[in-house]
Order: sequence, then C-alpha cells, then structure tokens
Amino acid sequence: MTKQVQQLDRVIIRFAGDSGDGMQLTGDRFTAETAEFGNDLSTLPNFPAEIRAPAGTLPGVSSFQLHFADHDILTPGDAPNVLVAMNPAALKANLSDLPRGADIIANSDEFTKRNLAKVGYAESPLEDESLSEWRVHSVPLTSLTVKALEEFQISKKDAERAKNMFALGLLSWLYHRPVDATIKFIESKFAKKPDIARSNVAAFNAGWNYGETTEAFSVSYEIKPAKLAPGIYRNISGNQALAYGLIAASVQSGLPLFLGSYPITPASDILHELSKHKRFGIRTFQAEDEIAGVGAALGAAFGGALGVTTTSGPGVALKAETVGLAVTTELPLIVVDVQRAGPSTGMPTKTEQTDLLMALYGRNGESPIPVVAPSTPSDCFDIAVEAARIALKYRTPVILLSDGYLANGSEPWKLPEVDDLPDISVDFTTEVNSDDGTFLPFKRDTETLARPWAIPGTPGLEHRIGGIEKADGTGNISYDPNNHDLMVRLRQAKIDGIDVPDLEVDDPSGSARVLVLGWGSTYGPIAAAIRRVRRSGGQVAQAHLRHLSPFPKNIGEVLKSYDKVLLPEINLGQLALLLRAKFLVDIISYNRVRGLPFKAEELAGVIQDVIDSE
Amino acid sequence: MNGHQNGRGLALVPRAEGKQTLKDFKSDQEVRWCPGCGDYAILAAVQSFMPELGIKRENTVFVSGIGCSSRFPYYMNTYGFHSIHGRAPAIATGLAASRPDLSVWVITGDGDALSIGGNHLIHALRRNVNLNILLFNNRIYGLTKGQYSPTSEIGKITKSTPMGSLDRPFNPISLAIGAEAGFVARTLDSDRKHLQSVLREAAAHQGTSLVEIYQNCNIFNDGAFEMMKDPATRDAITVRLEHGQPIVFADQAVRLAPTGGVEVVPRASLREDEILVHDAHHPDPSLAFALSRLDEPAFAHVPIGIFRSVDRPSYDELMSDQLAAATAQKGRGSLADLLHGGDTWRIS
Repeated sequence: MTKQVQQLDRVIIRFAGDSGDGMQLTGDRFTAETAEFGNDLSTLPNFPAEIRAPAGTLPGVSSFQLHFADHDILTPGDAPNVLVAMNPAALKANLSDLPRGADIIANSDEFTKRNLAKVGYAESPLEDESLSEWRVHSVPLTSLTVKALEEFQISKKDAERAKNMFALGLLSWLYHRPVDATIKFIESKFAKKPDIARSNVAAFNAGWNYGETTEAFSVSYEIKPAKLAPGIYRNISGNQALAYGLIAASVQSGLPLFLGSYPITPASDILHELSKHKRFGIRTFQAEDEIAGVGAALGAAFGGALGVTTTSGPGVALKAETVGLAVTTELPLIVVDVQRAGPSTGMPTKTEQTDLLMALYGRNGESPIPVVAPSTPSDCFDIAVEAARIALKYRTPVILLSDGYLANGSEPWKLPEVDDLPDISVDFTTEVNSDDGTFLPFKRDTETLARPWAIPGTPGLEHRIGGIEKADGTGNISYDPNNHDLMVRLRQAKIDGIDVPDLEVDDPSGSARVLVLGWGSTYGPIAAAIRRVRRSGGQVAQAHLRHLSPFPKNIGEVLKSYDKVLLPEINLGQLALLLRAKFLVDIISYNRVRGLPFKAEELAGVIQDVIDSE
Repeated sequence: MNGHQNGRGLALVPRAEGKQTLKDFKSDQEVRWCPGCGDYAILAAVQSFMPELGIKRENTVFVSGIGCSSRFPYYMNTYGFHSIHGRAPAIATGLAASRPDLSVWVITGDGDALSIGGNHLIHALRRNVNLNILLFNNRIYGLTKGQYSPTSEIGKITKSTPMGSLDRPFNPISLAIGAEAGFVARTLDSDRKHLQSVLREAAAHQGTSLVEIYQNCNIFNDGAFEMMKDPATRDAITVRLEHGQPIVFADQAVRLAPTGGVEVVPRASLREDEILVHDAHHPDPSLAFALSRLDEPAFAHVPIGIFRSVDRPSYDELMSDQLAAATAQKGRGSLADLLHGGDTWRIS
C-alpha cells in the first residue's frame, strides 16, 4: 500500500501522559531523531513537581512539547498540531491548548470507566461527539504493545510499560524520523536487562509497522532539514550547556572547578552533570544545605579554585549572607540561580523571571554584584564562560540568572571551536605590592579596581580577610567613617566599571519607532513574535539584555532613541522598574506570571497594539 | 582502608625550611580582647605551638565565624579568613577539600559552632574533611554582651533570661561523638601544656578533629571553670584521659557501670583489673560517649584529654582518590571531546 506523503514546513507535537508513562524519555528520543535528521527544533518539557502523583489524575500529567521545522525557529511553539494523549487525564489537561483541527492520538485502552471518572468525564470523549472539531486517532496502544510482546519472557507490567516506545515508533513513522539511533539507545539503556531491551525495541518497531501497514493513518509527513549555518551541531538543554560552560571556564582559566551545591529543582541537573566529569579535576560537593554549598565554594575560591554554587530562588535567599561576604572579601564566585516560580516554594518545576531584584539587591548593606542572564538554552554555555570571566577578572561574585524554561528546554547547538573560546586565565599575586615590603591585599588594580588574589601557600603574602570593613589597601579592620564611605564607593565603582559589550539593536527597516526589549529566556518568544509582526508589515526593533548589572554603557541612549519601549517580563515588571528609575524612560511593561514562557502569538498581538497606538 | 596510617594529618603539607619561632606566627595587629580574657592564653599557646609542627607558615590557614574567639585569625601571621556567623566549618570544608596541601584550623565558639552553625558542625564531623576545629567554650555569648548560650547551664540568669534559661545545654563532646566525629578532645585555656599536647594530636590526625577548649569569659561568665582551676577542687573533679592508661584521678577511679555507662567510684574499692582502661582508638564510640557523660550532674567529674581518635579515610583524600581514579580510567578530560561527545550532526 502506498501512502500519501505530505510536505510540511513545521510541526509541533506534544507528548502527554502520566508522570510514570515515560513521556520525557519519549520526547527526548523523538528530539534526538529530529536533531539527527537535521530539522531545527526547540523543546519544552512540562512536568509536575510530584515524582508520582496518583496515577491517571490531572496533577500527575507530564508532557513534552517539541517544535521542529525546515527553517530556523525560536520557540517550542505556541500550540501543538499533534497531541499524543496516553490517558484521559493527559487529554483533558492539554485539550485547551489544542487548536481546532489538530490531531489527537489517544491511547484508547486507557479510556476506561475508572480512568474517565478520575478526571470527571461521564462519557469517553473518544466515543461521543465532544472531539468532533479535532482529528482523533484512537489507537489501543497498550494492548497493541502487549500483543506485540507476547513472545517475550517478560511480565505483563513490563510489556505495558513499553507502550511509550510503541507510541514513539508510530510517531517516528508518521514524521519519517531516522530510527537507528533510538534502537541503539534502547539497547544501551537496558544493556543489563537484555529481555527488556529486546522487548522495547520490538515495541518501537511494532509502533512503526502499525503506522506503515494499517489503515489507521493514511498520510505521513515530511519536514525537510533546516538550512542552518554550517558546522557541527548537537542538541543541548540549558542545564547541560551551563554545566559544559562551567567546565570550559575551568579549562580556559586554568583553575580547578569546585562546585558546592544542595539539590534543588530545577538546578540539580547541573550538579549531576558536573559530578560526571571528575577527570577535568572538578570537585563536586553535595553540601548539608544551601549555605554550606556557597560557603564551601567561597572557601575553595579563597584557596584559588573557580568556586561555583548552583541553586534556585529559595537557595539564593539562603545564600545571601555568604554572597555578601564574597562581595566584601572581593573573591571570585559564580552563583547560578535557575529561577523558578515563587515566592517561597512556589511552583518548583515552572519557570519565572522573578529573582532579578533579589539578585541585584537581596543582601544587607551596599552590596553590588554583576548579574548576567542567558537568552537561549545553548547561550547558557557562553554565559557561564562570561560569568567566570567577570568573576575572575574583577574578583567578585557573579549571579547567573537562568530559569526553568531554559534549563529543561533544548535546541540544536552549533559547537564552538575550543580555540575560539576566550582566554580567562588568572595571574595569582606572588610578590609584595608596596614599597615597604608588606603585602596590601586591598591595593587595587588601577584599571579594573580588582584587588590582588594571593592564595594560601604563597610565601610572604600571608594576610587575613573577613566580613568586617577593611581599611583601603591594608585590609586591616577599620571602623573609620571616611574609609567606609570610600570602600562602599570603590566596591560600587568596580562593578560599574566592568567591561560589558554594547547592547545591539536588531532593526532591519532602520525606521522602527517601537523597541521591544527583553532579558533572559524571553528571547525566543519575543524574536518569534517580532518575525510575525514584521511579516505583516510592522516595523519594530528588538534588543535583548544579557548583562543586567552593570548594564551595557549604551543602554540609556538606545532606550531614548525610540518613541516607545515595550518590555515583556515573566514577573510584575522588575527590569522595567530599574530602567524607569535609572533612565527616566516610560517603559511599557507586559507581564504574565503563569509559570510558562510567553507565546509568540500573544506577544505579536501586544507588539502590534503598541505599534498601532503610535 | 586505603592503607592510610594515623598521624598523617600534615602529610601533604610542605615542611618549613628553616626553624620557626613564636614570633613568626604573631601578626602585627593589636589584640583586642577584654583584659583577662581566656582567649589570650589560648592565642599564646597556639602561637608558641605552631612552630613545632614544622610546616610552612604560608600553608597554614585559620578560618573563623563570628564571636569574640573568631577574631583569632587576625592575630595569627598566617593566611586567615574571618567569615560569618556559624559558617566557618563550611568555608573551611571547601578550602581543605580543594587544597590538601594546607593545614586548616577552624576557630569557633559555643554560640557560633553549636547554635547558628550547628548544622555545619555536625556535618563537618561526620564528613571528616581534614580540619582542626577549636571550639572555645565559655558557656555564654560574649560579643553580643551576655546572653545565655547553647552550653549555658539550665536556669542561667542573663539579660535575655532574667528568670533563668529554660533549655538544656549541649555537651559538645557528646554531640561530636554522636555526629560520628573521628577525633574528639577537651582541654582548658589555663593549662598550656595539656592544651598543646591535645593540639599536637589534633594536627596529626587526618580528618576532622574537634577540640573543645574551656575558656573563661571574665566579663560575662567569670569563673565558669574555676572548679577545674582552683587547687582546692581541681584534682577531685578533673579526669585526665590518656590512651592505654587506667582512668584514675585523686582517690577515684572509673569503672563500667551496670547501666551500660561508666561511673566514678573510690579507687580503693576496685581491683586493678576492674578499673576502666581508656581506649581512644576503639572503633565503637560507646565508651567514649559514656565518658563524656561523667560530668553529669553538672561538673561532677570532668574528663579532659582525647576521648576518641580513630583512623578513617578523610573526605578530601577520598575525593582526590575519585578524581585520580576517573583520570586513570579515561585520561585527563578534553574539552573538545566533551563538547563533541553527544549525538552530533554536520551541516555543510
């Protein structure tokens, strides 16, 4: 039977199921196949904080959205074209995001009376008319999988668990994905359980064959590879890129990396990743609490290591006092905050940009700190190197604000050439720096205002530092009023003087009167929205901040050269508050704090409204 | 395990070339404790003891938290870090774990170590990084001017407890043993010889050593340990623990009690073989713990010396071993290989 093949330029698929159904793994594998095929892609995992919420319930639904295309794309997509729903809860939880006409592939075996009742369906929506506006493909995934695995010596439970591989096989057929790497992946994942490996491969193949041979699906789809810039690519998540960036910073600085960390969602994967790479001389220390994590990192920095701590908002709150100690002792330290929805515990697995003001001001005393934020998952690599560069050059703690969306989302990453990475090596001080032969630990570099970094083990430079105010130069305890005023100003001047690249503005028309400014993970949705607006004839400029402290030197000039500045943020206007105060510019804020990234369509509407109000 | 021997606490610290003296370890900073403070005696004892270790001064680091005692690093002409309240063990852990070539000393007090920093202390002890923690116990808050501390006796009248404190104090030795510490000792500010003998053992011990130093605060809690200093009373209450020796003092001796603990009885009532012989190296901490309870009721009998000194690999050693093993298996990491390590594809 020859089936029809239809060409598409892009598709958004959402895999949804119970948190025990393996949807993240299924999504990851489909992503890997798509990356190998050469599409551009962007992903959005969305899972509950509960490890296993009660089976079949709405809180237990876990999903993974993948957007892939034959051209470069910027977001995981606003609304899925295809929903794979492994049970009634997955259907119900995701249906409102599904535009009319989208495809629903539902595992009909799970639409039992009991499961339907759990989520409040009186009748199966697969059998009444309620889904008539969508294209429903009702597939008994569980029983087909169990039947396909009859010949294997595995339990019924294990057979049923392979249904996600059946679904993956079916979707792989439907979108012409290459399958060899997935088969290899399954074989290696279950290398120690050959029966499970073989049965999962069989389930995957059965899913593929089901699409190919039955009449359930009459059309399959082709999405041609995207024309991206030449180079070698891999798919990477923000957390993995961040971990690699920290390793690169260690290599490029020549300093051993010391990570002090306490597990916290959504930052733990950085700890996990770095713990795998001990042969880079990396020491990872799982501390007793957040405070000990940053304390140990600072202690290691005092000893000459690249000290790093990784956490999320609640952890930053706990670390504040130690970060203040790093500010006043002027030691390099990297504090990674993978922001999540707050306040307090908030929504640990959901994303937000609400820690900006805490990062900038959440300490006692005048306590200035550089703050940087990555724009995309792969930018987490570059921003980690940049954070290290600033910390080491200026002897200061740096806060790196990632977030849950970047941390877990992924995209193709054009691998950098190691030779092109910046040299951020450090010269420790080894000689006394005064005419009278004494060592002055707070005598500053005249250009950077950084103090000398003399590490224990260096003869003749024995010195004491601490949290008490220090006399300029000698670093001895000082309560002198004028000295304190001087030191407060010097610490601020050092941060203000950090070399930060200018803010670049993207305005192909050259005549836009509206600027859309963003920072952090909103880059993708803003850029995608701007494309839409420009396609429909709108003129709009875009600029995106990676440095939040200090700001690029030209930012005031940029802001003032537009009639209107629109600033979307996933908070209640924290950056807008700062810019209004510092530059007296009447920023137009757009704020949603739903724990989810912006949608491109939503932002396009907001941008168009601002243009139209000109 | 690992073939390590006890007494290797300074094995990786470079040796000093010339002879060092007390003067080498005195900083140029004016000491600013209250006149008569027990901290002076401890500082003098430490400064005169350090040259004996024969290690490079520049490889010695004193880390402290907050409190009167935590000013200590400023007065040592070594590397020093006066940090924040309670956090010195955490900061020292990062330093010692990443720099096995340093001799790292934590200076802390009863409030710093046992109140605000209690969590870091217990985890440092169980984790066993190569640190020496000197806990100056004066049973009072000095720097904040006289509130009761977590080692103050019940009923302590202070500014914050005008009708007497209500909470039961920690016994730092019991706490440390309960926290899986490998080296636990107690000494006294005024007994320089004993203090230095304990420091010597602590420095030689690989892993975390905790030394509780009874220290007199002559302003807010004067005479807290007077019974151990007054010639009229000291011999009757001070139990000097020495490994391998029967535990005897004055006309008293310590024996196993039927309750499972230990008790003090007249020496004359026991045969020689009924007297408990102190075994600081016993892997089971039960007897060391029982000895730490001898001061119940308060100051009935107070053991000083080394309660427990057992050999086990330190965290920093094991961490270095893992790095070495990972490198031996697959070679030193290459950044280019790491970046290209996943599923990659080429676009031309």
